[in-house]
Amino acid sequence: MSGTLQRIAPQLIALAALVALVSVFYPAFLSVQMNDGRLVGPVIDVLKRGAPVALLAIGMTLVIATRGIDLSVGAIMAICGAAAAWALASGWGTGAALALALAAGAGAGLWNGLLIAGFGIQPFVATLILMTMGRGVAQLITEGRILTFTDPGFSWLGSGTALGLPVPVWLWLLAGLFVAALMRRTALGLLIEAVGINRRASALAGVNATVLLVAVYVASGLCAALAGIVETADIRGADANNAGLWLELDAILAVVIGGNSLLGGRFSIAASILGALIIQTITTGILLAGFPSEYNLVIKAGLVLVILILQSPRISAEWRLMRDSRRVQPKPAPAKATPTRPAPEDRT
Amino acid sequence: MLLSIRSLTKVFPGTRALDDVDLDIAAGEVHALLGENGAGKSTLIKCLTGAYRRDAGTITLEGAAIDPRSTREAQELGIGTVYQEVNLLPNLTVAQNLMFGREPRRFGMIDPRATRVQARETLARYGLTIDVDRDLGSFSVAIQQIVAIARAVEISGKVLILDEPTASLDAAEVAMVFDVVRSLRDRGMGIVFVSHFLDQVFDLTDRVTILRNGRKIVTTPTKGLSRMTLVEHMLGRALDEATHAPAGAAASAPEPVLYFDGTGRAGAIAPFDLSIGAGEVVGLAGLLGSGRTETAELLFGVRPLQTGSARDTQGPLDLRSPRAAIRAGFGFAPEDRKTDGIVADLTIRENIILGLQARRGWARPMPRAQQNRLADDYIRRLDIRTSGREQPIGQLSGGNQQKAVLARWLAMNPRFLILDEPTRGIDVGAHAEILRLIAELTRQGMAVLIISSEIDEMVAVADRVIVLRDRAHVAELTGDQVSGDAIMRAIAEGDLPGGVAA
Repeated sequence: MSGTLQRIAPQLIALAALVALVSVFYPAFLSVQMNDGRLVGPVIDVLKRGAPVALLAIGMTLVIATRGIDLSVGAIMAICGAAAAWALASGWGTGAALALALAAGAGAGLWNGLLIAGFGIQPFVATLILMTMGRGVAQLITEGRILTFTDPGFSWLGSGTALGLPVPVWLWLLAGLFVAALMRRTALGLLIEAVGINRRASALAGVNATVLLVAVYVASGLCAALAGIVETADIRGADANNAGLWLELDAILAVVIGGNSLLGGRFSIAASILGALIIQTITTGILLAGFPSEYNLVIKAGLVLVILILQSPRISAEWRLMRDSRRVQPKPAPAKATPTRPAPEDRT
Repeated sequence: MLLSIRSLTKVFPGTRALDDVDLDIAAGEVHALLGENGAGKSTLIKCLTGAYRRDAGTITLEGAAIDPRSTREAQELGIGTVYQEVNLLPNLTVAQNLMFGREPRRFGMIDPRATRVQARETLARYGLTIDVDRDLGSFSVAIQQIVAIARAVEISGKVLILDEPTASLDAAEVAMVFDVVRSLRDRGMGIVFVSHFLDQVFDLTDRVTILRNGRKIVTTPTKGLSRMTLVEHMLGRALDEATHAPAGAAASAPEPVLYFDGTGRAGAIAPFDLSIGAGEVVGLAGLLGSGRTETAELLFGVRPLQTGSARDTQGPLDLRSPRAAIRAGFGFAPEDRKTDGIVADLTIRENIILGLQARRGWARPMPRAQQNRLADDYIRRLDIRTSGREQPIGQLSGGNQQKAVLARWLAMNPRFLILDEPTRGIDVGAHAEILRLIAELTRQGMAVLIISSEIDEMVAVADRVIVLRDRAHVAELTGDQVSGDAIMRAIAEGDLPGGVAA
């Protein structure tokens, strides 16, 4: 547990600093009230609005751990939202619509996985195909219109409340806990990391790399389906053109802010989710602070850049050095202040 | 002295990689730098080439103190390095590689004609007349190695460091590279030669410096040094006798337990028959490219069979993939442990249990206590030098990585273990340990197929040797027939001019 805490410390610090920064501009940022059994406040809003990217980041973390990338998650969100809305509009029940959306997400992930693991197409290219095609598929399902529905059970998933918290918050919390436990309580995490670091050596050691690769893309597809369900349920309609638009980039960014290497290997789902919350805190914070909306993207990019630079290998080596030298203060300090090579980071 | 190193010290967290080391390289000598893995050879070289900054000590080149901060700076000062893996660009031409970064210019643009002419002139000085317009990668490793040497000498020209330059060369190619090295020595360069091949050290070098655990043990002329003394200096103890005693104790071949009938694959290896008994060690001998590794990969399902089949005493075996081969009780420690063996960012513990865990399936994780026990057990039994089981395996030296890969397979207790060059590039001590381990395994009934370029090693461990040539099994030596001479003759037979695998 302390290992996990150490791993996600930079993300926690970044999030805390951001919250402090936003509070300077909008002092009521941290205030939370109870209203009709529901918690309300800017922080709760961040947790809720961050749900789609947090869900996507869970699946994206696994994909990136295998040295892959999934550009199609935004398009999968659109497909799944359209499928659910179509099912509801055609008179299917809530459960059936949910099942159809999840199946569509799993199917899309399977398609990606087979292209990548089966045919050896590069993940970037393979998922680019679905990224382009997926939105078209969603438009075919909605026949180019915005499909609306009134099913109260389904829209509860997007705007309902359970135990005081918005339902989307529960969804990413539970999905994150479930996937993290699945990875660390079974051997899946280790096997995925092994395949991401050295696929050939892992395959020679008997790891079924092909099946694992397909599985992570299916997992990513399922996470995208959940994100699509949340977004569709929230607005009670499926907009094939705009649902999940550009969210694949936010999801990748969340994973990167979470300190996971795009070269695959060691991963932390908790850190990726924190990355998603960091992004949402920035977005919401800029709005609350009252900056003109044309500043939003520039400020957002600037803050993300600062976070990434602070996490960069060079800067974090300096931090570690400062910490270490403080620890050994009683002894005489070593002659050389800057080693050319930092000790590799212990990431568990 | 051309190059003088005094009291060189380099400290890493937890270890003193170099401790007060002195070394002198004279102009016009080839100076061997020897030591076990982890003795400090690489660290010393990295301090010389600017890859590491030293913590204490002085380096003087031609009387002037130097402190290279990057390989580039070291090169400009006159210290060039050639590594085991040729670090040039195989998809550029020979001329482009040779002149890279200092191309002759004309009107500010690279002058390709002058580049070619200069490259040709340079190589001629090394007795090499090749088409400099061909891609470097299309030449044999020996030629590439000579081009790398030529480039290093042209840029630097005072001290040349050769870090295991011969590891992937065959005998004729080694001779070719050595001719070049000798001519450079005669031109007055100081050459540092690092190698695990003791024969080459005696053949080529004038003086020897031996390091052990980061300290200098001795510097002595090569002439008059006995092989035994050398090995004892490296190990700090007498070499284990088991290394020399041939293991071929089994008077008669044991009853076969595995049969491979007519197995082959076009373009890889011609169909061959092979059977192997419990506790038997079968060696595969042959030149580089003769089909040894291809045979191993075929038997382990890395390359699917095109012809033939495999069976044991119970019935046919499925060898369609490594996973299938593992289910059949096979294991395979590949030749290139960096790309095919280790998973670098994972810990030693995770690397050791990876195979077992893959066999158990993802849903049945091995309890952490059991993982720790297994890892500690193998670290102790194989004497893996590490700060602990949680150290990333990529940080270990080559020999210790090899031991960890072996541990992965031993933990799975296969009935048939294929070892492709298990002792390549590892130090004498680890070498003896691995050979002793093989003997111990076969006593417990494991069948072992071993591929090795070292004929002495083959004679020492194998009960039976199969000789390969031009991607076919051409001869089999059993019992008393197994000798260095016989293997050499079988490899060379009808294979004289142009037969050297390029």
